[in-house]
Amino acid sequence: MKKGVRVLVGTKKGAFVLRSDEGRAKWEVSGPFFGGWEIYHAKGSPADPDRIYASQSTGWFGQLIQRSDDGGRSFSPVGNEFPYDGVAGTHQWYDGTPHPWEFARVWHLEPAQSDPNTVYAGVEDAALFKSTDGGTSWQELSGLRLHGSGPFWQPGAGGLCLHTILLHPTKPDRITVAISSAGSFRTDDGGRSWRPINRGLRSEQIPDPTAEVGHCVHHIAMHPKHPDVLFMQKHWDVMRSDDGGDSWREISGNLPSDFGFVIDVHAHEPETLYVVPIKSDSEHFPPDGRLRVYRSRSGGNDWEPLTKGLPQEHCYVNVMRDAMAVDRLDECGVYFGTTGGQVYVSRNGGDSWTAIVQSLPAVLSVEVQTLD
Amino acid sequence: MEGVEAGSVARVRLTLPHHLRNLAGVAGELVLEVERSGEGEVSLVAVLDALEAHFPVLRGTIRDQTSGTRRPFVRFFACQRDLSHEPMTAPLPREVVDGSEVLIVLGAMAGG
Repeated sequence: MKKGVRVLVGTKKGAFVLRSDEGRAKWEVSGPFFGGWEIYHAKGSPADPDRIYASQSTGWFGQLIQRSDDGGRSFSPVGNEFPYDGVAGTHQWYDGTPHPWEFARVWHLEPAQSDPNTVYAGVEDAALFKSTDGGTSWQELSGLRLHGSGPFWQPGAGGLCLHTILLHPTKPDRITVAISSAGSFRTDDGGRSWRPINRGLRSEQIPDPTAEVGHCVHHIAMHPKHPDVLFMQKHWDVMRSDDGGDSWREISGNLPSDFGFVIDVHAHEPETLYVVPIKSDSEHFPPDGRLRVYRSRSGGNDWEPLTKGLPQEHCYVNVMRDAMAVDRLDECGVYFGTTGGQVYVSRNGGDSWTAIVQSLPAVLSVEVQTLD
Repeated sequence: MEGVEAGSVARVRLTLPHHLRNLAGVAGELVLEVERSGEGEVSLVAVLDALEAHFPVLRGTIRDQTSGTRRPFVRFFACQRDLSHEPMTAPLPREVVDGSEVLIVLGAMAGG
């Protein structure tokens, strides 16, 4: 396999695959795949980079899961039935009334570390599913939804979605997930039992700001060599846990806004973080119309703006929660996509940025495969 | 239906919207062989069962796989009528069953 990177981009109107060699200067762009469909997420298997899973959906025709076995050259549909286990029950609706659990779409696909046929799916209405046959069939890990707090979960503006799935690299039974707007949850027995891990989060928008559940967690990132250290972009606040989510502390520091969606960690520097501050929870664009990635090299609190190559005037895009990723090349590449259709790459850990593509449909997700 | 042999197969003409034609890998109009009921009738459920048996990729795209209900932004037209709110087990119009009219599956005009 040729050494380089493959960037999987999910957009509002299809998927795109961007390929480059190690230089990351010249790019081959292929797509759109599944033109006209929303691709909430596409991700490759760590165990077999030719295996890629993609979530394809529309409000008209529902959900499909597509699978590639040739590195994104072609895709075939696999199983798209996500049955809730047993009686689905109810969660809270926006007005606090009970609302039946209804499957809407798959937000996130997380292939397992060592088996290309094992993949997890985070769905709306929030639940976690697992497939061990390459996506042909899906079974709910219903201990999450049924652990007790489920009837009190309430959707965020984007729906009641399970959008983050972190697989512990050395403890195969530990899975951490995040749900908007219920919070973060963890299992240590492979998904049978779950508990909320939101201690230290404070959300002024809910009746009890320190409640056990009800927090609008936007995304959580983890460095694979320091899996007990978690970094969270919450609706407001950037947070850090040093004990696998048992407790959290705020690391927003000098950010111009601690609202945002994405957060990620440098591939080789576990204390180097990236966020994209967004103005308020209602305007959803960068402060002052300037697109700035903020980097902390100290694990949070001290942040520096990274602006070289990014638009510094009249920029009113957003960066969605799954739309940032890093590669593992020697000089870590950082990537993010915007709702304006740009996908940016930094070949030097964020010091400067270049647009790989300028005018894709609104970007929903960006994942990178480092091809060795 | 008078004059129709019970248990015989109807050849139902069907059109799908763009995205579903792409998924199924078909172009233009389909002709589906659909088993008639004992009364010689054909229901929408029977047509969709036949469609999904031929094209498993379409399972879940027209109706919910668990409940069997029509997806909200999908409509069924035939004989210049909107059949979307008819019971899915109701007999389809004779003209659809005898192939003189096309059963149209379409996506509602909505969104961007």
